[in-house]
Amino acid sequence: MPSETILLLGVNHKNTPLEVREKLALSGGYEDPLEALGRVDGLREYYLLSTCNRVEVLVSASAGAEVERALAGFLFGDALTPEQYEKYLYCYRNEEAIHHLFMVAASLDSMIVGESQILGQLKEAYRWSSKLKCTGPILNKLLHKSFSVAKRVRSETQIGSSAVSISYAAIELARKIFGSLENKRVLLIGAGEMAELAAEHLVGNGAKDVVVANRTLENALDLAKRFNGRAVGLDELLEQLEQVDIIVSSTGAPGVILHKEDVKPLMRNRRNKPLFFIDIAVPRDLDPALNDLDNVYLYDIDDLNNVVELNKAERDKEAIKASRIVDEEALKFKDWLAGLAITPTLAALREKGDLIVRAELERTLPRLDGLSARDRENVERMAGAIVSKLLHDPMLFLKSESCKDQSDMKVDIFRSVFGLEKKQ
Amino acid sequence: MLSEINYLLFNSVVVVSFVASAVYLVFFFSQREDLRTIARTIFIGSGVLQSFYILSRYIIAGHTPITSQHEAVVFFAWSVTWAYLSFHWRYSVRNFGTFVSILVFIMLLIAAMVSREFHPLAPALQSLWLPVHAGVAVMAYGFLALAFCGAIMYLLQERELKSKKFGFFFSRLPSLDSLDQLNNHCLTAGFGLLTLGIITGSIWARQAWGTYWHWDPKETWSLITWFLYAAQIHQRFTLGWRGKRAAVMSIVGFIAVIFTLWGVNYLLGGVHSYAQ
Repeated sequence: MPSETILLLGVNHKNTPLEVREKLALSGGYEDPLEALGRVDGLREYYLLSTCNRVEVLVSASAGAEVERALAGFLFGDALTPEQYEKYLYCYRNEEAIHHLFMVAASLDSMIVGESQILGQLKEAYRWSSKLKCTGPILNKLLHKSFSVAKRVRSETQIGSSAVSISYAAIELARKIFGSLENKRVLLIGAGEMAELAAEHLVGNGAKDVVVANRTLENALDLAKRFNGRAVGLDELLEQLEQVDIIVSSTGAPGVILHKEDVKPLMRNRRNKPLFFIDIAVPRDLDPALNDLDNVYLYDIDDLNNVVELNKAERDKEAIKASRIVDEEALKFKDWLAGLAITPTLAALREKGDLIVRAELERTLPRLDGLSARDRENVERMAGAIVSKLLHDPMLFLKSESCKDQSDMKVDIFRSVFGLEKKQ
Repeated sequence: MLSEINYLLFNSVVVVSFVASAVYLVFFFSQREDLRTIARTIFIGSGVLQSFYILSRYIIAGHTPITSQHEAVVFFAWSVTWAYLSFHWRYSVRNFGTFVSILVFIMLLIAAMVSREFHPLAPALQSLWLPVHAGVAVMAYGFLALAFCGAIMYLLQERELKSKKFGFFFSRLPSLDSLDQLNNHCLTAGFGLLTLGIITGSIWARQAWGTYWHWDPKETWSLITWFLYAAQIHQRFTLGWRGKRAAVMSIVGFIAVIFTLWGVNYLLGGVHSYAQ
């Protein structure tokens, strides 16, 4: 009877529509759902992941169809009947479960392959599970391994480096317009978080001189200080436009703040040097007609998303490399798990041998007269050596790779042969 | 004997140029770096063969071989090739070679289709000014042709950036800035040589015919071309004309160059006509 099964059940963005996922997204944090999960019979260790794109439970349990059914019931609650959820739910066992977990951690199963957010979500979910003492030796090891697999994929492939983010896409476009970003000036309109992120990327790629224009000068000053830049009021916007090259706009203004007619006369003073506008505000800050001006390039958030899509092909190529790493690591983990399965048996056998040696010595030694302390020691050593030499080959057999696929059966036969008690 | 070598040389020039642009094209699609080195080497080979071919025609004809349609086009292709290669030696622009090699191949193909006969040179034109004037003018055309290639690349890239539909060219073509600079460099070099070509031409005209300028159609069109480029360079210096407008002007200028070189001879005649 197989000892321990790793099970992974869940739904994700690929085969489950949002309306269904919404019904089971566990929005109320991890605490209550984990507690509810703990009430499912037969689970030894369990863990739960819930993001906007997926809900998955990972458990180590004594196998059985009942456990799977119970877990599915836990996931869907009363929202759907088994007939309804059958087509959405995926259920992986053992190697498949390990493989899937690693794929998720490495961001190969994500909607945007290569995005790094998922790893943080995984760690957060694990933190809750371990805090509430839901995980044990197997899941601890498995989840830690999944983090290191993700790290390995990130460092050995380019999967995360192509434009998976809006900011990165903006950089790539800027490069196609300006060649290099060295010494290009950046103007941020609005001092929000998005603007900050974009500025960070631009400065990281060589842009110098950040100017922040904001309605409240105080916020502008704070942000400008971060980049050793200057702060200006919104009324100085047009004046600044004569000096800068890249403009990132992200104000919360309800309407357009910069019109084509405002910019057109500026181009002469700029000697037609190109202007690159990035409008990441919703609703948009910048007049879409700006793009019609010569040497002016305007991209809004949707346009940038398209660039992100463009890089998908490149990412897919890297994804092949990444899934090879995942395969490799999943195999390694499987071996570890197999090793784990035989460890108690090896220990039990060793213990049994020791017990026999001790029992026999205790019976025989008192009957032997005139033994010096040294002779006694020699006899004890001999008894121990006989047993361990006798057990050496069987132990090697147990550890060996033979009949790998039926290691459970091997362990069972082994236990019967040596009269070890059945594993609990 | 020599004319047979001459014949074979031209055929090999066409074949080698074809191979060069084919490899450049494969490189353009696949972006395999090793192919670019191969393509460039073949292109240099084509340039060397072109030089030999022109040399062989010089030996046979006894004067600078630029007196027939065929010779003028070969000379043009040769100047584009070497303008590119000399330019490349200073700095490189991504995938520029593909466009240039195709232009060169098209020119050689045109040269292959017209008569390769030798034409005797009118006594009035037998002068040292022939290689000087024709050489300078043709080198000017070479650089202006490079500006034309750069302008086409600029328009292709600009179109993808403006329309936000990123297709085939987006990743393969260099940045707008480097294409604009390329345009600027080639125009400056080309315009300087063109000016020099017109000056040497008028000095030679004074020697051959007694007047500096006599409104021969070729001269008129050279002047029109010169004004087109002069206007563009003036605008760039004063108003910072660049980008799309500059690219379009380069293309217009180049069309004028082509017309000056061919159209004038076919449509308007005049003293510059090759075949008399």
